[in-house]
Amino acid sequence: MIEFTDKGLYCPAGDFYIDPWRPVARAVITHAHSDHARAGSVAYLCHRLTVPLLSLRLGPGSYEGVEWNQPVFLNGVRVSLHPAGHIVGSSQVRVEHQGRVWVVSGDYKTEDDGLSGAFDPLRCQVFVTESTFGLPVYHWKSQEAIFSGIRDWVRENRETGETSVLIAYSLGKAQRLLRCLAPLGLKVFVHGAIANIHEVLTGAGVVLPPVIRVTPDMPAKEFRGEVVIAPPGAEGSPWIRRFQPFATGICSGWMQVRGNVRRRNADAGFALSDHADWQGLLQAIRATAAEKVYVTHGFQATLARYLNEQGIAAAEVTTEYGEDEDAGTDKIAEVVLDERDAEKGSANVAAGAADATTGGNAPTGGREDAGDGNN
Amino acid sequence: METIERSGTTDGQVPGQGGMRRFAELAVRLGTSTKTNDRLLLLERYFLAAADTDKVWVIALFSGRRPKRTVNTNLLWEWCRELTRLPAWLFGECYHTVGDLAETIALLLPDGAASDGRGESLSYYLEALADLAKADETSKKRFIQQCWMEMNNEERFVFNKLITGGFRIGVSQQTVVNALARATGADVAVVAHRISGDWDPGTVSYSDLVSGEGGGAELSRPYPFYLAYALEGDLSELGKPEEWQAEWKWDGIRGELIRRGEALFVWSRGEELMTGKFPEYQELRERLAPGTVLDGEIIGLGRRPAVTAGRTGAEAYGGSAGGDTAQPPFVVLPFAALQTRIGRKNVTKRHLDEVPVGFIAYDLLEYGGEDWRDRPLEERRRQLEAVIRSSEHPLLQLSPVLAFDDWNALAAIRISAREVGSEGLMLKRKSSPYQVGRKRGDWWKWKIDPLVIDAVMVYAQKGHGRRSNLYTDYTFAIRDGDQLLTFTKAYSGLTDKELAEVDAFVRRNSLEKFGPVRTVKPELVFEIAFEGIAASNRHKSGVALRFPRINRWRRDKTSAEIDTIDDLKKMLELYGK
Repeated sequence: MIEFTDKGLYCPAGDFYIDPWRPVARAVITHAHSDHARAGSVAYLCHRLTVPLLSLRLGPGSYEGVEWNQPVFLNGVRVSLHPAGHIVGSSQVRVEHQGRVWVVSGDYKTEDDGLSGAFDPLRCQVFVTESTFGLPVYHWKSQEAIFSGIRDWVRENRETGETSVLIAYSLGKAQRLLRCLAPLGLKVFVHGAIANIHEVLTGAGVVLPPVIRVTPDMPAKEFRGEVVIAPPGAEGSPWIRRFQPFATGICSGWMQVRGNVRRRNADAGFALSDHADWQGLLQAIRATAAEKVYVTHGFQATLARYLNEQGIAAAEVTTEYGEDEDAGTDKIAEVVLDERDAEKGSANVAAGAADATTGGNAPTGGREDAGDGNN
Repeated sequence: METIERSGTTDGQVPGQGGMRRFAELAVRLGTSTKTNDRLLLLERYFLAAADTDKVWVIALFSGRRPKRTVNTNLLWEWCRELTRLPAWLFGECYHTVGDLAETIALLLPDGAASDGRGESLSYYLEALADLAKADETSKKRFIQQCWMEMNNEERFVFNKLITGGFRIGVSQQTVVNALARATGADVAVVAHRISGDWDPGTVSYSDLVSGEGGGAELSRPYPFYLAYALEGDLSELGKPEEWQAEWKWDGIRGELIRRGEALFVWSRGEELMTGKFPEYQELRERLAPGTVLDGEIIGLGRRPAVTAGRTGAEAYGGSAGGDTAQPPFVVLPFAALQTRIGRKNVTKRHLDEVPVGFIAYDLLEYGGEDWRDRPLEERRRQLEAVIRSSEHPLLQLSPVLAFDDWNALAAIRISAREVGSEGLMLKRKSSPYQVGRKRGDWWKWKIDPLVIDAVMVYAQKGHGRRSNLYTDYTFAIRDGDQLLTFTKAYSGLTDKELAEVDAFVRRNSLEKFGPVRTVKPELVFEIAFEGIAASNRHKSGVALRFPRINRWRRDKTSAEIDTIDDLKKMLELYGK
């Protein structure tokens, strides 16, 4: 029912693609991260809250938003979206045709973060799952335990007069952090890329704690002892130096492994992820009771082999999702920036447009706005 | 102290603080801290707060004194697999991603007891581990698995590190010394001297250690080494040439020769007592007066043929004030030769004949039982020359002082360094005292430019520690006719950004997979730099390189333009002796 083509996951009966990486006529989008939602397709179908994010990132286009569990028929194929728990608007795509059901997970996490909707386990015959953290060493602590660790760290920095700079993806992790930080009652400054998303999401009715956009004219003392959230691309940039003295804390599932904290030269690493951990993946896969599992982006070979040994028929599939993560560039943001250069022009135009409509002050240029990752 | 206490108690957790937990937190925070000053502060607070018995162990661990390994690593792996029920291949995948066995096990173990464990001290665990030496496998397993299940993730990691050894967390001994000095109010040099040398953390008490009542160990105690920085900037910035003493920089092992009481000891720079490894040094016991400590190079020495035949060593030094000082009256063997000696448990007659190890002395730290380190180098040198001259032994040589009138002349001498088997020059201020640790200003090393060769990458493997999960360890090949011949591995030398690019290339261009190793399309060309070259029958290429590393990425070259085995052989002929 779904084929793996060089443009992406294709459903011939319904004549649509799911998260295509080349321009197509009709694209069903799981979520707004740039490796899943790419520009150039004619018509997009996605969750209602993903629509304004696509407008922001891809510019004007034909975006149709639906609610979760609200079926749409494409050439007689029943398509519905269901919470994936990854970021705001993120959805699993359920495709039903002639009694067969496939579910494409997109990216997902099984813990309810209180913001992205609770992951909805769906029964199906075929399940296409991600595997970003598909190794048993990835075993997350509860969100609350990680949050309290982050708050302790911020308090400690404040005591020594340092600003806490938290590195987090601008779409997803940054919004979760706002809720983590709210009980501290500190000022939260954010990078332009995060401010833009904040405006779009609050404009769409998502309730988020307030933020202050960092602007070039702000005096350095404003930040002292407070919190700054910045995307990975800002690490080591001139932009970030203005917060001296500061300590850097990176929020990413990769921080589970000490080597990654040291390689990034961070003062602290918090293993806060928007993906399922090993147990989460296994739990989600078992819940589908699928007869066949296709494993995409991440540790696909490892997870597929393990599933087969456990008696669950699985195969690995090569896609262009999460390529950055797998290539390690997830952890080294400059390269992500380079690869996104082509995309940047349109993104900035779009960001400018969004700012104009909401009356916000636009960031000063591409360099400053650059650099949110895509997981 | 408060910060450490509090940081252990995240909201909602019980603030239990056993010694092991305190230590685990110290180790983990030291491991990720990015500033020397933070590390200093963490250690100082630890020394002010922890139990004395634990502090002694921390000083021992952080100054390279490892407890003996009493549990086999493979067993640890087995016992962890038994608890996790993971297939061996998956365990292997995890290990290759994490890059550290102790950490892999800590991450894989199922959640421990919800309680705060038994709150035992660091010394409790270390003593228990030492006792395991005599235990059978069943008791070892019971103890280790029980400890794991009582610990949190950080404690498990540190505990595993204690078992497997190799506790490297980026804290220099100097930082430990500084922190101890601050915590105890003692002088830095005094502390450094006290914690160096041969002492057993199992028997020494903290107060004995920091107040220096050490007993018999006193006799063998070395002085901390003074280490040079690499010369940066222009020579002329050093001031007048006549204020400086220049010597060859020898490529051996930095060592201290201690003659006290009835004994003679040899220490390496790693604070390791190596007396047993070099039995030939015992001959020097008769030739040196008690109360003499020499700083110098442990190095393989051959006899100088022809030119100096007929002259004794002493005569050769006699003219050191003038004449051809650039030619030392001895021949040094390449480092590779010395290496064949170091690794051996038993040194046989054959080893002694093939690689006689000598000592090239360049400083005098103690004379007549008196600490000479505060005297100016000039004065120490004069006395050193007298000491060596009167010793009259071919294995004890004086590092020649190189005569030069101006900086240009010195630069010219440096070019010929490789010909005498040295790796460059040392510059020492004649008026300087002998300091402690790595200090800027009075001692500089000025190494020769490395040898370089262009090669293509053929294998890649994921790195360890800081570089786990990235392909950062590469094997290189040169051209041998129309074949590629692997000849060296090389690490580092690339920026993080370049590493990420190469990593992405490896992932896209893997040809085959052998466990953790990938063969890759031979396409990326790198300039490999190395310090020396020697013939080797253990390497397919017939050569062994000294300290090979990636100098730069030759994006301008294709694999058709790399160097050949003939280029390498030429270098071997010229510099490989």
